[in-house]
Amino acid sequence: MSGPRLSLSDMARRVARDIPSGAYVNLGIGMPTLVGQVVSPDKEIVYHSENGILGMGPAPAPGEGDPELINAGKQPVTLLPGGSYFHHTDSFMMMRGGHIDVTVLGGFQVSAAGDLANWATDEVGHPPAVGGAMDLAVGAKRVLVLMTHTTKVGTPKILPLCTYPLTAAGVVDRIFTELAVIDVTPGGLVVRELVAGLSREELQARTGARLTFADDVVELVPEAG
Amino acid sequence: MIDKRVGSLPEAVAGIADGATVLVGGFGNSGIPVELVHALLDEGARDLTLVTNNAGSGETDVAALIREHRVRKIICSYPRTSGSIWFEERYRAGEIELELVPQGTLSERMRAAGAGLGGFFTPAGADSLLAEGKEVRIIDGRRQVFEEPLHGDVALIKARKADRWGNLVYSTAARNFGPTMATAATVTVVQVREFVELGDLDPECIVTPGIFVDRVVRVEGS
Repeated sequence: MSGPRLSLSDMARRVARDIPSGAYVNLGIGMPTLVGQVVSPDKEIVYHSENGILGMGPAPAPGEGDPELINAGKQPVTLLPGGSYFHHTDSFMMMRGGHIDVTVLGGFQVSAAGDLANWATDEVGHPPAVGGAMDLAVGAKRVLVLMTHTTKVGTPKILPLCTYPLTAAGVVDRIFTELAVIDVTPGGLVVRELVAGLSREELQARTGARLTFADDVVELVPEAG
Repeated sequence: MIDKRVGSLPEAVAGIADGATVLVGGFGNSGIPVELVHALLDEGARDLTLVTNNAGSGETDVAALIREHRVRKIICSYPRTSGSIWFEERYRAGEIELELVPQGTLSERMRAAGAGLGGFFTPAGADSLLAEGKEVRIIDGRRQVFEEPLHGDVALIKARKADRWGNLVYSTAARNFGPTMATAATVTVVQVREFVELGDLDPECIVTPGIFVDRVVRVEGS
């Protein structure tokens, strides 16, 4: 898709600004993991991994590290000072029990009511898989979705109702795409920020659900690099 | 004298029957009791129900059990790890049944079994296809789905150290499902890297008390 848009790293940086210092954060697999790489070092964030880690640190240097110390995406990670290990039941207690302040999840679709579809599409021939997506979506205090605004062929992913199987209903708080930052409110979807150079009409044309615009829409300006 | 240590892998898995429900620890390649699963393969039990987070990868452990047609059903949360070729092949051929469970529900169902509870209501999955056919109630203002306890006949798990009472400590994120599975099975079998003397494990730091453990076998370098 051509036209004004944020790069992936711009999108990750924008999400990172929404994560407050001191937060316990779980980053979903895929695009959301980029957010951890661009959070300001001034903030102290405790990263949670569903397989039983709090205080998760970055990947180890090549050839170092513990092969069993991995993140939810099965990539090698490290433990920061103050970090801890715990078993799966405790880990999901943290997730489902409302102890995680912020989660950033990928999405296939989000509805106007904040329903999230991010675990299954309508493809056939592959076994379904869900992992921890449902527990995290229902349990985190704040659910941020980071995703492209449309599919690769331009089909809107923000819809009146999800057509893919739901992960959870009414859980999404804010959507971040390459075009906009959109809040899910009781009155529907409210655009807070819009990429520079894109008109409101163009944004609406790429969105399946009806959008309203905040009184003070902020311009999202792509950064270099 | 209580001594849960056994001298060999075949002894560790002896008696696992055809049709057994076997809980297998691990998340991705972290914490999988690889040698115990291979011993189960050699032991020969068939028609198994496996409860494990992923469906194996490559040609080893859980993937090998599936390849060798030992598994009738798998209860798991994420059977699509890269390299899950044997599961995908058997699944597509209709030769293995899949019960897909949200990961926290999988763990909590085993916790309920270990805790002697008759199940629980959870919001996870309550609005999804995975709640189909299950009771849903509004509790605390939100839809929650009833999930039943999940017992194992056997649990196969991996820890770092054990003493002869079966007290366990684990290694980093390899702990994952181990402590919960240990509580939920009739017979819990543990492979460890190291045996220590009774009293050597700091009682403040024992993760799984030996009451939940039945057999421990040492596997060097695991």
